[in-house]
Amino acid sequence: MTNKAEALKDLLFKMADDCLILGHRNSEWVGIGPVLEEDIAFASIAQDKIGHALALYSILHEHLGEANPDVLGFMRHESQFKCCHFVEIPTQEYDFALIRHFLFDTADRLRFEMLTESSFEPLAQLSRKIKGEITYHTMHAHAFVRQLSQGSEEARLRMQSALNTAYPLALGIFEPSKYEQELIDAGIFLGEDTLREKWSSSIQTILLQANLVIPDTIQPVFGGRNGTHTEFLGELLREMSEVFVEDPSAEW
Amino acid sequence: MMAELEKRIWKALEEVYDPEIPKLSLVDLGVVTDVSISDEQNISVTITPTFAGCPAIHYMQESIKEVVALQCNVSTVEVHVSFEHPWNSNKITDKGRTILQQSGFAPPPKHNGYIELTVLENVPCPFCGSKNTNLQTPFGPTLCRSIHYCNSCLQAFEQFKPLA
Repeated sequence: MTNKAEALKDLLFKMADDCLILGHRNSEWVGIGPVLEEDIAFASIAQDKIGHALALYSILHEHLGEANPDVLGFMRHESQFKCCHFVEIPTQEYDFALIRHFLFDTADRLRFEMLTESSFEPLAQLSRKIKGEITYHTMHAHAFVRQLSQGSEEARLRMQSALNTAYPLALGIFEPSKYEQELIDAGIFLGEDTLREKWSSSIQTILLQANLVIPDTIQPVFGGRNGTHTEFLGELLREMSEVFVEDPSAEW
Repeated sequence: MMAELEKRIWKALEEVYDPEIPKLSLVDLGVVTDVSISDEQNISVTITPTFAGCPAIHYMQESIKEVVALQCNVSTVEVHVSFEHPWNSNKITDKGRTILQQSGFAPPPKHNGYIELTVLENVPCPFCGSKNTNLQTPFGPTLCRSIHYCNSCLQAFEQFKPLA
């Protein structure tokens, strides 16, 4: 296996795992959203995310010799997952869910936008498709972050407090992989540092409009990209794969 | 001979319908991107989903296999899913847009590769044609539909979402 193939796999797994796990977290709003429209919004975004995970696992399966998407999603041990801690954290309150959706999807949209130019054609093709879909996610996130932060003082304080909690976790999205240089040299991806710079300036625009400030002392929460996870991931995986592992050979 | 068969396959595909909008064919929806025939028993149809997470894609694959095999009298039809020519809402044909309208869905406005939230405001009502409408939510009962309300005929309606 060449370094380039390993680098590609590392990139695809972390993207797919982020989408699958956050998709699962978003789906937890089904039936309990604060208003019906938000219930449906989070359900739709969850469905998109899980669809994106499926498409990325399919590339791993069809082009890089990995197992089929069901096996990749449901049968791997948690230490084989490469998602960041940010997506693993239980949903808690709506303010945290919304801020996570805003910070993550802004990064996700920029990542897919960058990947439309990737030298790895299957990923470039998929990214051209997904970029348009995520536009709906970021439009939703921006509108609600602005509106809620401009509501009552309590609303603004809660949004600020959610941002303080979420921000160091969000920086974990950009944890560099050991293959950064390979990916950049092969023209596959411009790298996490470039993505983080674009993301910082993009979220700053919205946060200014929302009168929210990025917390001062920030220690990024790393580990997820190397397979070290929070206690919450194992719990989530057990619940998510419960039916599948009962009989992996079952026909649906 | 092959050209004749290809024509018949495209014709058959016009009778494979969207599972949720039963008068709209997959050809008019714009999801069929290629038909290729190496010989009469090796036919391959390529489709691309409207949204990557569309759960109807497997149903569409199976319907295509069934209808094409039956109508063109061939034993096997392979249906591939590809993102090589990704779907966007401009790919819905004019006939498809009329059928959407007749089925009670506002067709998506044509776009030039960039979608803003404002294009979802004041969507013409598919029932009375009024533009005095509001976007209720860009996320509807399926990934490809948004929900609107018409202030003139006082009815909720759905739009097939524009997608760049």
